[in-house]
Amino acid sequence: MLLRTHDLKAFYGDAQALFGIDFHLARGEVVAVIGANGAGKSTFLKSLVGIVKAPRDAIVFDGTPIGGLPPGEIVRRGIALVPEGRRLFPSLTVEENLLMGSNAGRQGPWTLRRLYAMFPVLEAKRHEPGTSLSGGQQQIVAIGRALMSNPAVLLCDELSLGLAPIVIREIYAALPAIVAEGMTVIVVEQDVATAQRVSQRVVCFQEGRVSLEGPSDALTREQISQAYFGVAA
Amino acid sequence: MIDTVVQGLLLGGLYCLFALGQSLMFGVMRLTNTAQGDFIVLAAFGAIALAAATRLGFAWVALAMLPVAFGLGYVLQRVVLNGTLGRDPLPSLVVTFGMSIVIQNGLLEMFSADPRSLDSGGLNVQSIGLPGGVAVGVLPLVTLAVALAATAALQALFGRTALGRAFRAVSDDSETAELMGMNAGRVYALATAIAFVLVLVAGVLQAMRTTVSPSDGPLLLLFAFEAVIIGGMGSFWGTFVGAMVLGLTQQIGFRLDPGWGIWFGHLVFLAVLVLRPQGLFPKTRG
Amino acid sequence: MDMSLQMPRPAPSDGPLVAQGTRATRHALAAGLALVGFAATVPLWGESSWMREFVEIACYLVFALMWNLLAGYGGMVSIGQQAFFGLGGYAMLALGNFAGVNPFVAVPLAALAAGVVALPVSWVAFRLQGGYFAIGTWVIAEVFRLTIANVSAVGGGSGTTLTALRGIDRATRERTTYWMALACVVAAIALVYLFLRSKRGLALLAIRDNPVAAESQGVAVTRMKLAVYVVAAVGAGLAGALYFVGNLRISPDAAFSVNWTAFAIFMVVIGGIGRIEGPIVGALIFWALNKFFSDYGSTYLMGLGLLAILTTLFFKQGLWGWLEQRYGWSLFPTARRLLR
Repeated sequence: MLLRTHDLKAFYGDAQALFGIDFHLARGEVVAVIGANGAGKSTFLKSLVGIVKAPRDAIVFDGTPIGGLPPGEIVRRGIALVPEGRRLFPSLTVEENLLMGSNAGRQGPWTLRRLYAMFPVLEAKRHEPGTSLSGGQQQIVAIGRALMSNPAVLLCDELSLGLAPIVIREIYAALPAIVAEGMTVIVVEQDVATAQRVSQRVVCFQEGRVSLEGPSDALTREQISQAYFGVAA
Repeated sequence: MIDTVVQGLLLGGLYCLFALGQSLMFGVMRLTNTAQGDFIVLAAFGAIALAAATRLGFAWVALAMLPVAFGLGYVLQRVVLNGTLGRDPLPSLVVTFGMSIVIQNGLLEMFSADPRSLDSGGLNVQSIGLPGGVAVGVLPLVTLAVALAATAALQALFGRTALGRAFRAVSDDSETAELMGMNAGRVYALATAIAFVLVLVAGVLQAMRTTVSPSDGPLLLLFAFEAVIIGGMGSFWGTFVGAMVLGLTQQIGFRLDPGWGIWFGHLVFLAVLVLRPQGLFPKTRG
Repeated sequence: MDMSLQMPRPAPSDGPLVAQGTRATRHALAAGLALVGFAATVPLWGESSWMREFVEIACYLVFALMWNLLAGYGGMVSIGQQAFFGLGGYAMLALGNFAGVNPFVAVPLAALAAGVVALPVSWVAFRLQGGYFAIGTWVIAEVFRLTIANVSAVGGGSGTTLTALRGIDRATRERTTYWMALACVVAAIALVYLFLRSKRGLALLAIRDNPVAAESQGVAVTRMKLAVYVVAAVGAGLAGALYFVGNLRISPDAAFSVNWTAFAIFMVVIGGIGRIEGPIVGALIFWALNKFFSDYGSTYLMGLGLLAILTTLFFKQGLWGWLEQRYGWSLFPTARRLLR
């Protein structure tokens, strides 16, 4: 197992958001995490990357417990997050935003040149301020920025947020190429159909707990509805 | 008239050096250092004391103090000021204000209230003749040159280096910057370290130009602040221009009546605040 | 005859039951009134130096209470409140020396004058935020100082004396000043307390915590901020006018010194920002420290500065705030407790 969580709990102050998540991720897998708003999906990703504090042994990455480490350290070890809402740096150009990702100092196949070859729009707009791009283009920049740290595990938080369906398809179309380079991916998605389409396994969160888990192509709409909302479809 | 303008611009050079450190610290971490002026005075006294103890010239003294200034700024930010950052402006204001009082009174205890100055090796009385019959002091000219160089260097640092990128990123969104492997606390400390180097240079030049006394700090802070606001926040060249405007205004005021220079500067500052609150050359942030 | 029992109908519940005030409050109120009553008798048996000291500390306290209102509740940190302090002093002087108004009457008038001036000043100052607002207000105070230093009618840079009180004998003057100071302190505390307990006060707390959310709830944020700024200016002017009635001599450097704000910051930070009891506790501590250590001059001031820094870093809530948290003490509760 590349990544494993054991009884992962998370709190925002006194409010508990995660109630003991057991999760596993094998190398090369693409796993989708679905669930309603407030189910804890984002909190889960934030815990993995260290923004939300977790107990030391609750998260084990490549055999080493990483709970409690600061985000910078976790990124250096190889877990990168594409944050919800993109969060590009407004004062930086597209290229500078991408370069920020390489601060982690990890070596790997993802370089500026590689990204420009894969996403020509990035090269075309490399000197423009990051936030002057369209929503879909910004999402690509955000993904590229995370890739620049050459992670072993890529966490994607709601890539489709605020984007048109055709743009969403384009963005997810890049996923196979990323996986082909040896990436392991967790995709948090509100759109269940997209989640099933791009992943091999689906995990459903409900109110801070895992309510369903199974192969993406085997789960029925009924099962998912039940797990998603806690009521029958 | 031309003489007034020239003197004003030269004075502006000094004010620019007062203001750059302030502009830098505010730009990177939204921190208002109310002790800015007092640190300049502290640097001046430090240079004076070092020069007296070692009998070295001002250039060597300044060189020797550079790493000290850098280190002091770094440590101060890392250990004390990082803890005051956040949405509430009060902690950083109170802490820096407290530092201002400590520095002023500390200097008073150590040096008494007598004004001192730094031996400039005669630079402060030398002058160059410009075409048109205007005599320009060498020291003010050097100060202006240093100010220009510092502004250009800061602008280049911010726009073209990895560190500058880091400064802009943590200023935009420190949480996401941390996600990129950045340690925001260390980046802030570097910003303050650089700001303190500028403070040192400003202090040394001020002490060479005129006498300094322990209670000079607050007035220098106000000049720095006015230069930043007049020029527009977020831009180092803006600060440079703001300092020029302030220097000019004060010189014109001095000419009209010796007691009016500073007052004129305050009025122009207020006028800019009323008529164009974003300053003359604001950098629009996304 | 209808013999059916009629059960008393319960009072219609009209919403949640909210309580303000603790039992401690009522005890404190009684104790406070007794204290004020006792203090009012001091001129009859006490030494004149005590009265003068009280007047001085009263000025510091009122000024600190107002700074606390502005910063702790209004969210506006100002290093320029001394502008209104000095203005109050000079307005009182002008009314007394030139308009023939009894200086004791001139004190509240001067306070109102300060409040009026605060309106155009706020129009300029509100263009800045946060730390730059703080320094901007300082610049404005400096403009006041330099401007008045150029007005020869009030003595220019070296200042002048309050001549209007010359006719009154010293004992009467000191007594009246003392009672006036006592009245000002009580009025200031009452004003701030009642204001914060009111609906407007709640709105203020909402703005302090989250201005955007408050605005969306229909709170007129700018108008509230202006109201607080003006009230704080009136209070500062009151303190200033009172101080120079006691001092008899005024000068721009004394009236507009930034030290007033420095001391207010110290008192509020040590005592506890954002709480009414805070400035009171801080003023007492300040007075005590002054009594024992002010002879040490600069070292003493360094100590004050250091204390303010350490308190801000490690004791954010100040002494009273810490006590409140630890023991649940509250004399002037403005928070409302939901009982049902």
